Amino acid sequence: MPPAPRAPRLRGMEIQSVVASVRFGLGRRPDDPVPADPAAWLERQLAAPPAPLPAEGYAGIPAAFAAIRADRETARAAREAQARMAGSDGAARREGAEGMAAPEPPPGPAGAPPPAFERPRLIRAAGQAWLAHALATEAAFPVRLANFWLNHFTVSRRHPDAGAFLGDFLRTAIHPHVTGRFADMLLAVARHPAMLIYLDNAGSVGPNSRAGLRLGRGLNENLAREILELHTLGRAGGYAQADVTALARILTGWSVEGRREPLGFVFRAAAHEPGEKVLLGRRFAEGEEGGIAALRWLAEHPATHRHLATKLVRHFVADDPPPAAVDRVFATLRDTRGDLGAAARALIRLPQAWSPPLTKLRAPLDYTLAVLRALGMPPDLAAGIAFRDLPRLGQPLWAAPAPNGWADQAAEWAAPEGILRRIEWAHALAGRAARRVDARALAAAVLGPLAHPDTLREAGRAGSARDALTLVLASPEFQRR
Amino acid sequence: MSPDPPPTRRRLRAGRRGFLLGLSAAVALGGARLALADAPGERRLVVVLLRGALDGLAAVPAYGDPHHAALRGPLALPEPGQEGGALDLGGRFGLHPRLRTLHALYCANEALVVHAVAGPYRSRSHFEAQDALESGAERPRSSGWLNRALAAARPAAAAPAAALAVGTGVPLLLRGPAAVHSYAPQGLAQPEADLLARLLALHARDPLLGRAVAEGLRDRGFNAAVLAGTEAATGGGAGGAGPRGPGAFAALAAAAGRLLAAAGGPRVAALELGGWDTHAAQAARLLQPLGALDDGIAALREALGEHWRRTAVLVITEFGRTVRANGTLGTDHGTAGVAFVLGGAVAGGAVRTTWPGLAESQLFQGRDLAPTTDLRAIAKGLLRDHLRLPERALAQAFPGSEAVAPMRGLVRA
Repeated sequence: MPPAPRAPRLRGMEIQSVVASVRFGLGRRPDDPVPADPAAWLERQLAAPPAPLPAEGYAGIPAAFAAIRADRETARAAREAQARMAGSDGAARREGAEGMAAPEPPPGPAGAPPPAFERPRLIRAAGQAWLAHALATEAAFPVRLANFWLNHFTVSRRHPDAGAFLGDFLRTAIHPHVTGRFADMLLAVARHPAMLIYLDNAGSVGPNSRAGLRLGRGLNENLAREILELHTLGRAGGYAQADVTALARILTGWSVEGRREPLGFVFRAAAHEPGEKVLLGRRFAEGEEGGIAALRWLAEHPATHRHLATKLVRHFVADDPPPAAVDRVFATLRDTRGDLGAAARALIRLPQAWSPPLTKLRAPLDYTLAVLRALGMPPDLAAGIAFRDLPRLGQPLWAAPAPNGWADQAAEWAAPEGILRRIEWAHALAGRAARRVDARALAAAVLGPLAHPDTLREAGRAGSARDALTLVLASPEFQRR
Repeated sequence: MSPDPPPTRRRLRAGRRGFLLGLSAAVALGGARLALADAPGERRLVVVLLRGALDGLAAVPAYGDPHHAALRGPLALPEPGQEGGALDLGGRFGLHPRLRTLHALYCANEALVVHAVAGPYRSRSHFEAQDALESGAERPRSSGWLNRALAAARPAAAAPAAALAVGTGVPLLLRGPAAVHSYAPQGLAQPEADLLARLLALHARDPLLGRAVAEGLRDRGFNAAVLAGTEAATGGGAGGAGPRGPGAFAALAAAAGRLLAAAGGPRVAALELGGWDTHAAQAARLLQPLGALDDGIAALREALGEHWRRTAVLVITEFGRTVRANGTLGTDHGTAGVAFVLGGAVAGGAVRTTWPGLAESQLFQGRDLAPTTDLRAIAKGLLRDHLRLPERALAQAFPGSEAVAPMRGLVRA
């Protein structure tokens, strides 16, 4: 073995320093300083609201509406061109009603370049901006928290119109609240066009409202159901179909305005179901204020705090959350009326969070970011690689299959094909990086005492620098957090 | 079952070529070849999970019901014979016009429609209902009914059918003690066999990842041998049928069919197809997933070739949707829906249902198609009469379902 190019500064490193960066962060970069007090280092990351994300890169609401309109026009033009090629009369077939998702791009005529769509471009720009931030930051705990809450409030770009708003959704509805109040995050989410479009509330109309009576339109209960089931109370929360319907009525009129300023959330009084509504035995007044009151009440419901505590502990500590740990985080949420910063600090203080072996399996997003951080690649370049390769690894960014988000248990991510693809991906990256990165030095700097002796021995025996690096990056300990 | 012991590096090196490329390597991988090559029984079972809740009345409209047209309103298809109308299934029910392959199978007595079907689950949550649909139990479990059925059958001489998951993940339906193979289109170049052997050894101390790497490598070898030269046609290459593009499901179904058709290959496969959660603009949004399903069945049938006559395909979804349209020309979460049983082994050409009716008083909670057939009865019927699994396996698959008798007559004698 040649001498390690980087000084093995971590030789005497407390294991807790690495655990802090792996369990609550996105893994160490080789040059990151070693915190003397890992818990205090994590707490400092939560001391203030995270610095605002720049507007640049995260397209705002007007740009998202413009992209949707442009793509509709592009799709229409492409259909017409196709119809002309096919020799028909060129009449474009309308797919989907106005205000609904624009149709997927039709296949272009043979030989013609595919039409250029704007929505995927916006999503890619925002995704890469966020990945670059995650790769560049030393303080990765708030990034992990934002990813957790973004998954809790999943908006998937599989819905292309909703996806166009994802950058703004992350920047304005999720990120500012990761150390704030859960009720504020819930309200910001429920009023954001991304969620109102993704879960169809934008077109939900009170059947007895003026618009409902005139147009014969009615409720769409999709958002109301998922708020109760996924975002707040959880399935154990004891609500019934009547409560789903009641919340749907409460939220009628919560819609989006895409044509006239100000663009974004709008409360359409004409579509709001008149009268008081009863949700879980509680009365909520007619009007926009009734919806705000209902969401604030749900946000501070004990079942919600229990649901959130369970999910947080499952994400940061163990697939099967230890009940004592859930109780601690639950009590914090209850006593602080849903202070998410306090809940994050409670997670740091859990004794269960600090004891190796680390049993959580990194999902592909966390694994990808940890590898790219470890290799010390320039963040913008690495962000492009991550965005491009995450689909192959089974977790395309912001594209969860369903509103319950990506799974948070190892069994979901440990399928044979998925694990083999990580190995292949690590091998491909190692081919780029092996000339400048020494495998064992990287293991010492990034994994420190978590590196297994077998891994270090095999890396030392490997036939090439690339193979050695693959062995470290694809080792079992690198896949755990 | 405990995973195979990790092979030594020497054994892998001895079989290096075949290790990556074919079945010969399976010998080196601790008996895996026996499981693949010697699986007795020639009957194939494919389960297609439609995630997101297919509207059963959109796929199979009950146009003969006197309340159908009024209740469905803008969602009602024209009756059979009219332009854009449903394909007729014998006078009371129709099939969505995008399901042409299914209709041809029906006319060839190879498709059975079971209507007003639901699992035992009633609370309209996608995620709990999918868990229940796959786990076969009312309380969440970490294993699926299909896996438990196969595992329970193994001790019997008759039926250790090996199972295949298609895609990068293993659905809950197929998780559990029985070994499951996986297939997904390839892309990146694989590391050399020697490096893979080192990684395999390195992962042996991690039970979860060790098993994944060992099984993944074994399946890669088998799949590559069976699909040699056809990878471009199955969505692996650039363009065309990407993992999400049109035709992706048909490509996966074709690959599954070829693997199921191979001698010594798996006998049971699970496929998933999403896109069914049509809360808005349902009529337009159903065209793509219905087309994908129909094309996928056609591709599966073609790839299975002569083995189609030994095959049953069960198509299921977590629940049905509301009978009436909601405020956005879609449907919300409901209760009973439709299931399909397809294949050359199936005694098809019929709609089997105890039709609950669509009068206001007949709807479940005034909004949904009422369930009259338990989904588990269909699954148990196929496990017993098609795969010929013993009663013990049925009980393992669906604990607490003693009152639900297996449906008879799903397959030809």
